[in-house]
Amino acid sequence: MSNNSYILTYIIGLSAFVALMLALAFSGLKPIHDANEEVFKKRDILSAIKDQFEVDVMNCPPQEVFDIFDKKVTQVVIDANGQVVEGKKADDIDMKQEEKKPKEDRLYPLYIYEGDSEKYYLTAVRGNGLWDKIWATVAIKDDFNTIAGVSFDHVTETAGLGAEIKDSEAFKKAFQGLELYNDEGKYVSVSVVKGGIKKPDHQVDAIAGATITSNGVTEMMYKGLAVYLPYFESLKK
Amino acid sequence: MAETATKAVEVKEPFFGKKERKLLVDPLDDNNPITVQVLGICSALAVTSMVKPAFIMALSATFVMALSNLTVSFLRKGMPKQVRMIVQLVVIAFLVTIVELVLKAASYPIWKQLSVYIGLIITNCIVMGRLEAFAMANKPWRSFLDGLGNGAGYGIILLMVAAVREIFGKGSFAGFKLIGNNPEYLIDTTSNAFFSWYMPNNIMVLPAAALFVICVIIWVQRARNRKLIDIS
Repeated sequence: MSNNSYILTYIIGLSAFVALMLALAFSGLKPIHDANEEVFKKRDILSAIKDQFEVDVMNCPPQEVFDIFDKKVTQVVIDANGQVVEGKKADDIDMKQEEKKPKEDRLYPLYIYEGDSEKYYLTAVRGNGLWDKIWATVAIKDDFNTIAGVSFDHVTETAGLGAEIKDSEAFKKAFQGLELYNDEGKYVSVSVVKGGIKKPDHQVDAIAGATITSNGVTEMMYKGLAVYLPYFESLKK
Repeated sequence: MAETATKAVEVKEPFFGKKERKLLVDPLDDNNPITVQVLGICSALAVTSMVKPAFIMALSATFVMALSNLTVSFLRKGMPKQVRMIVQLVVIAFLVTIVELVLKAASYPIWKQLSVYIGLIITNCIVMGRLEAFAMANKPWRSFLDGLGNGAGYGIILLMVAAVREIFGKGSFAGFKLIGNNPEYLIDTTSNAFFSWYMPNNIMVLPAAALFVICVIIWVQRARNRKLIDIS
């Protein structure tokens, strides 16, 4: 049996050594972590319109992702009234933080992608799934009505059920070409429905067994895209 | 380091003899941590829905087991017995955090996919179990081998379960698409008349399926290896 002062010295010494090593490792790797995170986020945004690129944006070298962003993407931040906020980049907006603010103070990121012939508005929407948050990038064509593509992500939806919003290519593809406004020009957004599509321009077939996640997507699409509409209206003129 | 320690103390014993080999091979079958000792089941359920994350998990866990066994074995004589559990935990937590930091830098998408489970290696019963049962009483080189062997025994089951679950749940193996309902897959069930009845089995993607698969593995293993029947 050891005496108390030995135990104390031993534990304090060990803890101090381990803490020092971890601090060194963490601060040494921090720049790489940050860079990885940035590329991951940018890939996620671009994947909403991944058919537009010759390179595979999910797997290409990070430099190519940055190139696309530098040359073809304009970053805009809009406020709750649809006004552009000067001097801010969309990259600076953290949707998680914005959610905590009162509605009228929230800011929304918008990435405008200008290809050779087409222009896409990449909006960010966020909502609730079954277990936790879900979010998506929705690409809208420059008629401000047609969806060009979506990419979903989630914190922890059920694998094989709710998680299919991210994993199933077919589900994401079903959103392409859907329209936000109905024939009378009223905003209806797009919805995920069970048991057969009645309005093919505005509806997507739900994933079997993932009712709550599907409803979450519907609500997210309706509320999330609505905030961008005033800004789109101002561009139409 | 381990090498010199063993050689300096015991000149007679071979560096890698029968006993050392047994340390490496035993956990693969006769003394498998998952199927025989039934430890570390939690992560075997959680990270085995696909082969790639399971492989990374197996590698990380093996690394942690081998190095924590080695470290604790080195520290075992100076370690105050009253606080040995705390010391062991500090060592494990340190190694796991290092693994997590390195993985986050090396492969961010896989780190995201494994999320909390890398951190949960700390609570993996196998690691703590081997430290208490083996490393506290054995020399560094052997402890290191014991850690490697148990890591491999854990990893091999993880990979077997993941392979079954990914093939039948998602129709792919390590991301390579085998069977499914569109032309991207090797066997396209929409155009291939013979496989047109086939559908991926969704229950395989859910954690519960891992239990079934592990049970079948245990059954097969005991049917082949009679001496395991009366152990537990």
